[in-house]
Amino acid sequence: MVEYWRWKEYRWTAPDADWKNAKTISCGIDVGSVSSQAVIMTDGNLYAYSNMRTGSNSPDSARRALDWALEGTGLKQENMHFIVGTGYGRINIPFANKAITEIACHARGANFMYGPTVRTVLDMGGQDCKAIRCDEKGKVTAFLMNDKCAAGTGRGMEVFADLLQVHIEEVGDLSFKVDKEPPPVSSTCVVFAKSEASALLRKGVPKNEVLAAYCSAMAHRVFSLLERLGVEKDFGITGGISKNKGVVDRLTKELGITSLTPRYDPQVAGGVGAALFAKSLVEKQRAG
Amino acid sequence: MKANYGYKDGSGEFFITIDTDKCNSCGDCAKVCPPKVIVMITNDYDEVVPAVAEEHRKKIKYDCAPCKPMSGPRNLPCVVACKPTAIVHSW
Repeated sequence: MVEYWRWKEYRWTAPDADWKNAKTISCGIDVGSVSSQAVIMTDGNLYAYSNMRTGSNSPDSARRALDWALEGTGLKQENMHFIVGTGYGRINIPFANKAITEIACHARGANFMYGPTVRTVLDMGGQDCKAIRCDEKGKVTAFLMNDKCAAGTGRGMEVFADLLQVHIEEVGDLSFKVDKEPPPVSSTCVVFAKSEASALLRKGVPKNEVLAAYCSAMAHRVFSLLERLGVEKDFGITGGISKNKGVVDRLTKELGITSLTPRYDPQVAGGVGAALFAKSLVEKQRAG
Repeated sequence: MKANYGYKDGSGEFFITIDTDKCNSCGDCAKVCPPKVIVMITNDYDEVVPAVAEEHRKKIKYDCAPCKPMSGPRNLPCVVACKPTAIVHSW
């Protein structure tokens, strides 16, 4: 059976980078509700990361993500000067030196990915959605989190990919291959939106149009969260949904501002932020 | 930092906003909150500030209801106790 929602796990190492001369090797581990990332940074530069699905056990998921990020680099866990855990599973990572909330980590990570001009960050994660405002240093100035409802989250998109039998990576592109933009599905709840989509399919509405209807419903839902917090330029999106242009393009159109282009994979922003916190903490320890 | 705790669902928007820049860390709000929705924490930037306790975040509509009479004057203990007016309820 094809599992359409099943996105690909991957790892990355910086080409021609060497950790041996690095003064500080810091590590951030983001154990989210759907995906886990381990990020290794050398002197504040991205060195390696891995991104995989979270299992039923956070210590295990954190361990697997870290081992995979270390793979082939010659680095060992002992080489890490400081490890910061973040995400849902942060309090349950036995080998992390400190836990920091994902809100602070995503703001800091977005500051790194999008540059210091970013003021509004939207993190669209697996099971929640966070709107964050930050200053030029990546420090949070306001935040709003919605984790009561799965509408506007990665898991909601996975449910739809499965229902419509479209690979999750292709949802964005296909949602634009429509003759005219359909009205958004009216239900905000994933379960009801799914029944509404099934009804549309039975009526003979083409698959791409149903995708478009869901993507714009999700964009609108997130828009109302951002509206509550207030949006200031520049704007950047992190988390898995940031790679779905069906949602991103519709959201930026509604907001009237474009989102910045990330330097690296925006899904690892939380881990990057955690690794940057780890670096500062090591430096503070050394100084003090 | 303006910390918004709460949620938006089909029945409305329920957020408690805590402005940590106004907060003087006195802890009076946490002391007067009958259901202990508000607790003092040390946040990521090492400030001692109030926050909505994790276990209450998804149901503040119900947990805060006893302090919000349908009619008559509404004196929310946490809001009244906060001298620097750092706490605001959205509903």
